Amino acid sequence: MTGRVTGLIDDFLPALMDPDRPVPQGLQDGQGRPAGRRFNVYRNNVTTSLIAALEQGFPAVAKLLGPQNFTGLARAFLQDNPPQSRLMMHYGAGFAEFLDAIPQLAHLGYLGDVARLELALRRSYHAADATPLDPAALGAIPPDRLPATRFTLAPAVAIIRSPWPLHAIWTYTMIPGSPKPQATPQDVLITRPDFDPETHPLPRGGADFIAALMTGRTLGSAHDAGVAAQSDFDPAPILGLLIAGRAVTGLSSE
Amino acid sequence: MTNAPRQTTTLPTAPGVGYKPQHYSAIIADPRPVAWLEIHAENYMGDGGRPLAQLDHLAARFPISVHGVGLSIGGEGPLDRDHLARLKRLCDRVQPASFSEHLAWSSHDDAFLNDLLPLPYTDATLARVAAHITQVQDTLGRPMLLENPSSYLAFAESTWLEPDFLRELTRRTGCGLLLDVNNVFVSATNLGFDPRGYVDAFPLDAVGEIHLGGHDADHDDHGAPLLIDSHGAAIADPVWALLDDVLARSGPRPVLVEWDNDVPDWPVLADEARRAQQALARLHPALRAAS
Repeated sequence: MTGRVTGLIDDFLPALMDPDRPVPQGLQDGQGRPAGRRFNVYRNNVTTSLIAALEQGFPAVAKLLGPQNFTGLARAFLQDNPPQSRLMMHYGAGFAEFLDAIPQLAHLGYLGDVARLELALRRSYHAADATPLDPAALGAIPPDRLPATRFTLAPAVAIIRSPWPLHAIWTYTMIPGSPKPQATPQDVLITRPDFDPETHPLPRGGADFIAALMTGRTLGSAHDAGVAAQSDFDPAPILGLLIAGRAVTGLSSE
Repeated sequence: MTNAPRQTTTLPTAPGVGYKPQHYSAIIADPRPVAWLEIHAENYMGDGGRPLAQLDHLAARFPISVHGVGLSIGGEGPLDRDHLARLKRLCDRVQPASFSEHLAWSSHDDAFLNDLLPLPYTDATLARVAAHITQVQDTLGRPMLLENPSSYLAFAESTWLEPDFLRELTRRTGCGLLLDVNNVFVSATNLGFDPRGYVDAFPLDAVGEIHLGGHDADHDDHGAPLLIDSHGAAIADPVWALLDDVLARSGPRPVLVEWDNDVPDWPVLADEARRAQQALARLHPALRAAS
């Protein structure tokens, strides 16, 4: 910007994000002495509020890491990834990939997937409302028309795919008394029947089936996608989950 | 003796509180003595879900103050038009009794810092902030209130005193002011000025709303007290005393209790609001005596 009196904000911002940088010139106390640690109030406010936002957004990751490790990682993340949005509900979009890339966390290989699940839960929570389809409308479709039927799913619906027992890890971490995870891969379906997102572990083929529906493929084509992943794939329980989760908002037949 | 406020808000001259979702059921069951609620705009800019559903319920029952914390009105660059559009959408939905933002910056280039950062009080800043306020008011189709910041440091290049700077902004833009009494006390302590002198110089006729909140205590390199505007504690006694001084001069105004961190149970917050109500009630005999 030309004609600007000062480049102060250009100095202020880097010093704010990096505690090793000197306090910018021209900042003082009420008596004209250099501001010194007064500047740290802003540093602390920014860092503390962003760490708190990450902790609130990724409670299972925070639990799995413990407070000290989480705070250290969150601090490292936010220094290179200040929010790009003014809406803190969106903060942390790259946190899962950041965790994936840290060699010291290799022994917690599932951590990134847990972060992806938590981000998806947060997005589901804030997703647009949608009126679910009356289940009777689905029952009214003649059986011979079913394969050519397409579904519209609610904006709050998501699937997270994982080679880890993701659903079990998440529930074991977040819900007291949940069983210990077994070593089986789990894809997770998120639905939001009312205002609270729900998680459901999917059998093999389930995520392929739902992903096909989400991209507008017909029920028959989605069924094929499920069978390609698991030869005896049965779509009925998955459709049951979607209907119970008020996830189906529209139908169309060719 | 009091000056009539400019019509920048239709909030009742009664206590309000900063709304926290964990208080929803308690507020619905019995909001007394709280007469209105303030929300942080950015928390209600999702596409749907519970936050907006609750807000619709509350807006049907209470006057709402929409308080923005992310617009960066003091920022060096242009205002974020997408964000302005979101504010407009929210105001259209809620039809709030008041819209307010801060004399601060919080974003620069692509980064959003999630804090209210300070500005030098210069002619250049004044012109820029005035242009931004005008843009906000034109976009929203309503006057806004601008809040005085809490300060931890000063800028060597400042040529305006804060009350004069704010007065000049109201004169140039027609905006109202949100006087945060805790911020006055925090800034006065931190920068070594007299809070009552600040209030004397403040354009009280432009004040459409008053904020109260808690602060924490620290100290600077020289051992001087450094108060932090934490919104995480009860309102301090000297801040209550300063509120009495302000109200005695300004006349009744909508008074908000803010508690954003370590949020207490509803009865604790309602008690703080009750104390604000008592401060407002004390005004009436004074007003009668003065007329």
